[in-house]
Amino acid sequence: MLDTVLNALILNAGYNAALVGIGAALLGLAAGCIGAFVTLRRRALTSDAMAHATLPGIALAFLVMAAAGGDGRNLAGLMLGAGLSAALGLIWLDRLSRTRLPEDAAIGATLSTFYGAGILLLTVIQNLALGRPAGLDSVLLGSTAGMLRGDAIILALGAAVTLCLLFILRRPLIMTAFDPGHARLMGVNTALMDRALLLLTLACVLLGLHVVGLILIVALLILPALAARLWSDRMETVALLAGAIGALAGYLGAALSVALPDLPTGPAIVMITFTLFAASALVAPGKGLLAQAAARARLRRALPTGPN
Amino acid sequence: MGAEFVPLTLPPLVIATLAALACAAPGNFLLLRRQALLGDAISHVVLPGLVAAFLLTGSTAPPVMLAGALAAAALSALMIEAIRRSTNADPGAAMGATFTTMFAGGVLLLELSGASGTHLDVDHALYGSLEALIWLDATGWSSLLDPAALAGLPPELPQLALITAAVLATIALLWRPLTIATFDEGFAATQGIPVRLLSAALTGLTALAAVAAFSAVGSILTIAMLVCPPATARLLTDSLPRQVGLSLLCAAAAAILGTLAAGYLPLALGLPFAVSAAGAIAATSGLFLALAATFGPRRHPLQGAA
Repeated sequence: MLDTVLNALILNAGYNAALVGIGAALLGLAAGCIGAFVTLRRRALTSDAMAHATLPGIALAFLVMAAAGGDGRNLAGLMLGAGLSAALGLIWLDRLSRTRLPEDAAIGATLSTFYGAGILLLTVIQNLALGRPAGLDSVLLGSTAGMLRGDAIILALGAAVTLCLLFILRRPLIMTAFDPGHARLMGVNTALMDRALLLLTLACVLLGLHVVGLILIVALLILPALAARLWSDRMETVALLAGAIGALAGYLGAALSVALPDLPTGPAIVMITFTLFAASALVAPGKGLLAQAAARARLRRALPTGPN
Repeated sequence: MGAEFVPLTLPPLVIATLAALACAAPGNFLLLRRQALLGDAISHVVLPGLVAAFLLTGSTAPPVMLAGALAAAALSALMIEAIRRSTNADPGAAMGATFTTMFAGGVLLLELSGASGTHLDVDHALYGSLEALIWLDATGWSSLLDPAALAGLPPELPQLALITAAVLATIALLWRPLTIATFDEGFAATQGIPVRLLSAALTGLTALAAVAAFSAVGSILTIAMLVCPPATARLLTDSLPRQVGLSLLCAAAAAILGTLAAGYLPLALGLPFAVSAAGAIAATSGLFLALAATFGPRRHPLQGAA
């Protein structure tokens, strides 16, 4: 067993395994970088609602493609459906937030309603026995078993485009997150920036559908950012570090799940990301638990023998 | 609705309604305290709790499951607090990080330990399995008076009835202090009301409702019923007693209409199957909320509130 795991880790377990590992690493990179901005702007749970809202669109896209005679699992088609239904979810969330309901209730209501409708449509698909729905379950918790070369290319291109956009928009995004009032004064269209950030997040969610799954993708956005925040106070450094942590976790998780087919990919990646976060919380200089304990101990020793 | 209604449709219908009532009642207070997502978090972390309790004891008896789920809920509360302290993250991010990690841990535990395949499995957690809760001993409406047939009811039904009654009774008992503490915690504290204890009690009640509902109807329905009916009622009235009453009505209506629609609507359309009842109920409750958000007399934000 150790052999298979090692082989998968050094990209030696065959063409497909290498493809999956690289694809998951790219996803982790994009999610980590974008997640740093999402977390800074306090939109973590909005992205969770968005991810859950993709499900009805995925199921409808599958139904349409299967009815048109395809096998229904075309990644581009599923992503289009997912994107449309997530956009609908965001519009609905926005409408609910304009009522007297607090934002968290609006998020919970959107998430559960869309997800419920998606589950309903999934059972329709299972019962119609249209196309090959076996691959559709993987959008919930992720799977690397069915990843094709075309899927990996979509992942790589998508990650590259989102990262480029993020790089171009980084200044106005940072200004919007730290101080929206000041950003507006400096001529930044903060409403547009918020929308751009939501779109970038949506791109991550769509890219992550088949690897991490829509239930857990939010962890890949938040956890690397929280971990990176412990190591640095500079936004650019935090974003890059979060990207690196996400890439490492994506790569390790995908490789492990290729080597151990029983291991669901999404949960494996999330647990590895959490382990990296927990390790950071322990050993990070300055803000880590060990560093703080050492600082307290130093202070205690310094007190009685200090000046005077 | 023929003879199969009582054995096949009635038990899921009653169970869904009970679960909806148990969740909607504490949901009202969570909504007003801006803790609506607490239920979301709890229903995610219930999974690892149930799996761990099963692996440790080898039993799926209700008290064991309940203890496991409450322990997991307590652990996740500690985790949220620890993450907030160590990273200065906002509560939303700390909560999101915690419940996805716990859920991922639950799925891994389930798949790797081989516990999957007992009545705990991932699909069950994701979809719920209301349809599986059938009453084979029933032959028709007369079975409702037949003690021998009643003994064959799915065990989830009496359990859930008990827990729903307990949740509703506790809220009725704590009504005054809970209301005061929800609207003005500072004032409540000056009146000698133990506000922290009340807050913990509300979390405990939510966990109890979520656990009971989770094992019967799955996580998605639990979240929907904790949030949607109270939110709908909030857009219809300014009075808390009326809001709670309306939310219970809404929850029961969504459960009944959703179950019936899932069971009979596809058949009426000429499709030879039924669809997920849990999904249909969640979607129905969302529909109610959509109506309230469009036409509700109290839908507009409060004047002067940001």
